[in-house]
Amino acid sequence: MAEYLIKNGFVFDPVIGIRGDIADIAIKDCKFVETSEVKDPKVIDAAGKTVMAGGVDVHAHVAGPKVNVGRNFRPEDKLFTYKPRSGVERMQGGFSVPTTIRTGYNYARMGYTTVMEAAMPPLYARHTHEEIRDTPILDQGAYPVFGNNWFVLEYLRNDEIENTAAYVAWLLRATKGYAVKVVNPGGTEAWGWGLNCENIHDPVPYFNITPAQIVKGLIEANEYLGLPHSMHIHANNLGNPGNYTTTLDTFRLSEGIRPRSKFGRDQVMHHTHVQFHSYGGDSWANFESKAPEIIDYVNSHDNITIDLGAVTLDETTTMTADGPFEHHLTELNHLKWANTDVELETGSGVVPYIYSPSIKVCAIQWCIGLELALLAKDPMRVFLSTDHPNAGPFTRYPRIMKWLMSEEARNQQIDSFKYRDKVIDATNLAGIDRELDLYEIAQMTRAGPAKALGLSQIYGGLAPGLDADVAVYDFNPNEPYAPDDIETAFSSAEHLFKTGVQVIRDHEIVSNGNKRTLWVNAKVNENPQVMRDVREKFLRYYTVTLNNYEVSGHYLPNPYVIEVDATQ
Amino acid sequence: METVTLTMKNQPDLYLEADNITPDAFAGKKVEEIADLHVYVGREQHRLGEFFEVSGRAGATPETTKIVINGDLSRVKYIGMKMTGGEIVVNSDLDMYVGAWMQGGRITVNGNVDSFAGTGMKGGELIINGNAGNYLGAAYRGDWRGMSGGKIIVSGNAGSDIGTFMTGGEIIIGGDVDVHVATHAEGGRIVIKGNAKSRLGGQMVEGEIYVFGTIDLMMPGFAYRQDVDIDMDGIKGRFALYEGDLGERHRKRKGQTIYGKIYQLIEA
Repeated sequence: MAEYLIKNGFVFDPVIGIRGDIADIAIKDCKFVETSEVKDPKVIDAAGKTVMAGGVDVHAHVAGPKVNVGRNFRPEDKLFTYKPRSGVERMQGGFSVPTTIRTGYNYARMGYTTVMEAAMPPLYARHTHEEIRDTPILDQGAYPVFGNNWFVLEYLRNDEIENTAAYVAWLLRATKGYAVKVVNPGGTEAWGWGLNCENIHDPVPYFNITPAQIVKGLIEANEYLGLPHSMHIHANNLGNPGNYTTTLDTFRLSEGIRPRSKFGRDQVMHHTHVQFHSYGGDSWANFESKAPEIIDYVNSHDNITIDLGAVTLDETTTMTADGPFEHHLTELNHLKWANTDVELETGSGVVPYIYSPSIKVCAIQWCIGLELALLAKDPMRVFLSTDHPNAGPFTRYPRIMKWLMSEEARNQQIDSFKYRDKVIDATNLAGIDRELDLYEIAQMTRAGPAKALGLSQIYGGLAPGLDADVAVYDFNPNEPYAPDDIETAFSSAEHLFKTGVQVIRDHEIVSNGNKRTLWVNAKVNENPQVMRDVREKFLRYYTVTLNNYEVSGHYLPNPYVIEVDATQ
Repeated sequence: METVTLTMKNQPDLYLEADNITPDAFAGKKVEEIADLHVYVGREQHRLGEFFEVSGRAGATPETTKIVINGDLSRVKYIGMKMTGGEIVVNSDLDMYVGAWMQGGRITVNGNVDSFAGTGMKGGELIINGNAGNYLGAAYRGDWRGMSGGKIIVSGNAGSDIGTFMTGGEIIIGGDVDVHVATHAEGGRIVIKGNAKSRLGGQMVEGEIYVFGTIDLMMPGFAYRQDVDIDMDGIKGRFALYEGDLGERHRKRKGQTIYGKIYQLIEA
């Protein structure tokens, strides 16, 4: 197969510990190799350019029924955004909820090669995998949601960790899922009664269990199995003034628990889109940033990782399995709303949203997302995200990099806010002069997320033996540049290789790649009780049979199975 | 003001999507350059000159450019889309989306127009000397931002769903209208000089509808308040005032709750 040598670029790679020095990167077949191992490589001249591993996104909503509801009920999101087929590129459309095709291409343009779908309703796993299959280039996995699942609630009510683990293993296999996702634990189930769980001790109606028990139990089940990724949580009370205390309470549930995984991660809890969970005040009038309190906790506890959920100040489409939150949001902005209950498992909602720089709350939210990144002491545990499309479309990642790397760019934005002074009073961003460098950006977007996913053996760096995912950006960090140059360069990779295949050449997409779907096959001891419970629930409650539930092989034409042995 | 004249010489096999027929696209161009502007037929891209004879000259800016179009244009869409100034006169019937998202200038159609005329219109004037189809001055499918400014005048009748999600501007219908008027509106004014059918102002939170003729059925969400005398902008007479839609949220201004208003003429 092909050999490539990417010569003389400024390389930023936390895995081999190289901080912008000039180095050559060699690719043979689908892996990185030592430069001495390539005999007759095709040479890519990267002199004066930036070289980084392919980006890894731990949390984005890019496939599945809720994303598709967003596409269907927002035709205006596609208005004037269609692009006809050209070359190998298929027709694309959409801005905040792009088509699967555009999702793949636009991530690739930013130099991203791995993207995790953050919430898969198990009942609709087939739909999710159909969309993943139709998303070109990217390696993807999907996290089934567990935090409102009747099996989980019933087992954990009785502290049955082993049964929970057996069910988790079964469901990961049945849905071809990657990790344990928890969304508003107990709250989405309570929404079925028109209620919510607003803190971690608020009991779930009927099930007589608290969010704290659900979260702690799922962390324990996750570590019982030793899964590649940790439990991945969107905590209770998202988006409300004063919710930072709920977030800290949720963090504390991980105290004293260490990872029991062979996949090299250090965390037992990944808390997602923390921007939405770092709010002070008790109303929208005195709404303020509590990012320092939140990030202080993260800085001092190495068994937690987070991603930002940074607000990008765009018109976007919010979507989450947190049904009650979406109802709350439509009551606030009076825009259209879709809501659904997924029998026995979860729910979801979708509402369009405009983060306007002229609205004080939106501007404060923007500050909070950036504060979290700029106050973080360990960029290997704090990842760049927008909770796409909730806080903004993923295509704005390069703009977030610009804000993180340039105080000037941040100040320009702050000065343009309508309520500039009030926003400065309610936040800390204006007093932060830190500017991240490209090494730290590589930690937040490559090495860090790959490690937290338990995938550092294939992704996140340029070390020999890793999959050859690498981007070359037309950006010289050693020459003077304007803030906007950062955004321009990282929006359009000059070259991109995905598992050794050149996907982008001279900024043009030249291949639809060799996408793979990752899933975790956890082997556990036979558990007749759990299998009997599964059969019984399908007979009594589910509207489908087991045969119409499990995701069979043809949904994953190119699977990448990660085997976990939890038998004992 | 310079004038460009387009004369239809070949009919398209399907429909012609001609959003390039605007003073903005024509301004500062020579006749040959105008003939080279693209139009779509289905998914095929063509030259404007394949369908139209182009003559005259364009002004240097949109404001100084007038376009006169002759021939049978009943299969041409998107004329005047997003135009910001200047003038278009169409001497024919037209298909959908004339003046959609227009921001300024004037379009005069001497004929009937199909649906979605003036969709999402922000400013300018759209004058239709004929009948209009459905969704006149409405929002694009799915959007909550309908007509927000400008003026639409229809001498004949209009179809259903006019002014959906309207937030500003004015629509004047010389004749009758079909069902669903100003659904979801949050502002603007619709004047119907003929008769209306039913479902006027459904989910309307702000804005005004004037009906000079009959209303087949008033929405149950509208309540009669009082009779009022009005004499303004060509609206003169004694009207019965209804307020609604009472099933919706309504904001307050200076302590007063703002409602959508329907005025029905009692006597001229």
